[in-house]
Amino acid sequence: MSSRRALVVDWARAAAEDFEFTVAREWIGEVPGRRAAGYLPVYAPREVIRAAGLLPVGVHGGGDRIEIIRGDAFYQSYICHLPRSVVELAQSGRLSFLSAMLFPSTCDVIRNLSGVWKLLYPSLYVRYLDLPQVFEPRLALEFWSGEIRSLAFELGEISGRPATDGTWREAIELQNRARARVRALYRRRRESPERVPTEELYLLLKAGEVVPTETFIDQADRYLAATEEGSVPTRDRVRVIVVGAFCEQPPLGLVKTIERAGCSIVDDDFLLGNRLFGEDVPTDGDPVTALARAFLENARATSTIYEPDPDAKRDLMRRRVEAAGADGVVFAAASFCDPALLDRPMLRAGAEAAGIPCIAFQFAENTGQFQQFREQAGTFADSIKLWGAGQ
Amino acid sequence: MSAETKDRSMILQKEMIAAHYRRLEEAPDSGEPVVYTFVPGNLTELIRSFDALPVLPEINALQSAMRGKSQSYIAAAERSGHSEDVCSYVKCDVGMLRSGNVSPTGTRLPKPDLLLLSYTGCFTFMKWFELLREEYRCPTVFLHVPYQADGRETPEQRAYVTKQIRENLIPELERITGKRYDEDRLRENLARSAAAEDDLVAVLQSARRTPSPIDAYFGAVYYVGPIFSAFRGTEEGGRYYAALREEVEERASRGAGPLTPSGPLDSQKYRLVVEGPPNWTHFRDFWRMFSDEGAVVVASTYTKVGGTYDSGFRHDPRDPLGSLADYCSGCYTNLSLPSRVEMLARYVEEYAADGFLIHSVKSCNSFSAGQLPILREVERRTGVPGAFIESDLVDARYFSPANLKTRLESYFQMIDARRAGAGA
Repeated sequence: MSSRRALVVDWARAAAEDFEFTVAREWIGEVPGRRAAGYLPVYAPREVIRAAGLLPVGVHGGGDRIEIIRGDAFYQSYICHLPRSVVELAQSGRLSFLSAMLFPSTCDVIRNLSGVWKLLYPSLYVRYLDLPQVFEPRLALEFWSGEIRSLAFELGEISGRPATDGTWREAIELQNRARARVRALYRRRRESPERVPTEELYLLLKAGEVVPTETFIDQADRYLAATEEGSVPTRDRVRVIVVGAFCEQPPLGLVKTIERAGCSIVDDDFLLGNRLFGEDVPTDGDPVTALARAFLENARATSTIYEPDPDAKRDLMRRRVEAAGADGVVFAAASFCDPALLDRPMLRAGAEAAGIPCIAFQFAENTGQFQQFREQAGTFADSIKLWGAGQ
Repeated sequence: MSAETKDRSMILQKEMIAAHYRRLEEAPDSGEPVVYTFVPGNLTELIRSFDALPVLPEINALQSAMRGKSQSYIAAAERSGHSEDVCSYVKCDVGMLRSGNVSPTGTRLPKPDLLLLSYTGCFTFMKWFELLREEYRCPTVFLHVPYQADGRETPEQRAYVTKQIRENLIPELERITGKRYDEDRLRENLARSAAAEDDLVAVLQSARRTPSPIDAYFGAVYYVGPIFSAFRGTEEGGRYYAALREEVEERASRGAGPLTPSGPLDSQKYRLVVEGPPNWTHFRDFWRMFSDEGAVVVASTYTKVGGTYDSGFRHDPRDPLGSLADYCSGCYTNLSLPSRVEMLARYVEEYAADGFLIHSVKSCNSFSAGQLPILREVERRTGVPGAFIESDLVDARYFSPANLKTRLESYFQMIDARRAGAGA
């Protein structure tokens, strides 16, 4: 690994694994009156937070690095792990720097977590984001635009810096630049997975959730430049897409295990909110309408969003596999994740009907043993190498 | 429970349900269109105004469980790739479909002409109908009902839901059924609904009496059956609720308690408020764990998933579509956790409860996620002791009788100890 690249990866690892959120706290401390807003997965419009003068900070759980002391008292054993680690982060004071918390309509658990927050922190601004599940603009544009406007207004009251035409435009342009970097990173990995190990990409994306967007863009540029340096050995790996880990994030060890077992990940759902839109949000015209339309017309298919077209659902895995030039699908869902696990039979049936090899397993963000995944992924890779995809 | 020991209303309801399933079986021949939809946020009055018949998959699942059929259905679904971790209602329904789609009463269920996905308080519904859509390959309409995160329905949310009903759902119902939307007919249905809702509320609030003439959880799941399912806004639904009210008022006038698996529960030692759905695979055994101890449930939240009528909502024929939007928004599982806490604390006070119990089910994140903080908050606000027990909706593997019984007995002892302490 080049030293330039190592520097970026080291930076990303430090930011991604820093559950004290040092970078965000330092950003707040630099200028009196600065504030930050946290948001849960999968998708929250970072542009709105930014336009209203706050720092957006992704809260994606505690991974395998936070010991759960208080969080287990809030959730039964049959609820996924994410909310208990998020509660742990809050109850241990690690989220005390946040002036607002946004809970998108990802699933029942995150929806109800918004209520837990209201009970625990009655003086904090807590907002549930009810993303539309109908996508025809004639039905949903007014509603979703209104939600965005009221969110921006309320966040502006917290920051003391209401959104203006200028801040809206800057925020959307900035997020478009970040999205472009994410697209470039995914493209680079797709074209040359040896040059972009998913372990590194994953760390970079995680870091991007907890630092100012400009910092992420800068580091992503450095990383992209560094991936062009030197030669890398070609490895005898199969190309897979990893589907279903869009909310609770897998431990880094699981990502490394899949790749070390003979698979190159060439597409995934990790931290999906940062690339929910496949295209830039227009910066001309009314910014709120543009952002609302982007969700209605340009959000990519995922298990937390209703798919009105049954044919598109059946065909989704084939399209993603083809776009990524993949050989197979690894369905990796968090345990007790209703959206991913209920989607899986449908997506898998579509994949298998198209002759695409699949495997499936479940994880938790704090999974610590990877042997079974190594064996499963290794066998999967071997079978594709021996018999090929589509057999 | 033999026929001699059943309430008249229970027998009447059984006849209504059987007749409905027979009518559904005949639908392919009679030409009556069939609309599958869900209990929370169901738009039965509108569906019926198009002469279509509703099918409620959750009702099929729970009825299958009460008849001992759910386990084989769940196994069939899990064999086809469904995870053990997910909602057992969904797996029971998918398994039933793959096992011939025979209804709980033994009749054959027709295919839907429309899947009406009314998104009220449970994201699993969305996946459920995406799964059914794969099986039936039929049209699906999604009605997105926003969550009442701030404890009230905003005018913008109301306008959004109303617009979807008017501009999306009604045209699709017209297309599917071949009938024009008849608002006068809808108004008539809504007026009948409101009258039945008055009767239901009177029945539920009779539990304020001591002794309570009803069990507001185990008994009340029967009472809410018709209004939560196919019969809201119908004439037979109206007759049922008038008869039920008369029956309960007569019992109350005698100072009698409800019929339970342990017999008439006239002597009531514990008055409880219960949060969460019941277990259906061992429904009567579960009920008996309470009634054997002299415990009667005086208020429950599960009986509000199909409408929070006791909070004042009534379907309003003067504003048909707005009223349907209000109804959908207000169903219990669409309420925020603070709103749920307020409702539970209010029940504890209004119904003079001795205790507050959460029955948490593995299947339902909508209900279950957040129940432990709810427990602590209701205890803090009311001062009455709370308890937490766990099982599942229709998956018998998660119903542990010995464990539940032990926990309940300990809980009743705790209430006794509190009373003794208070009296000392």
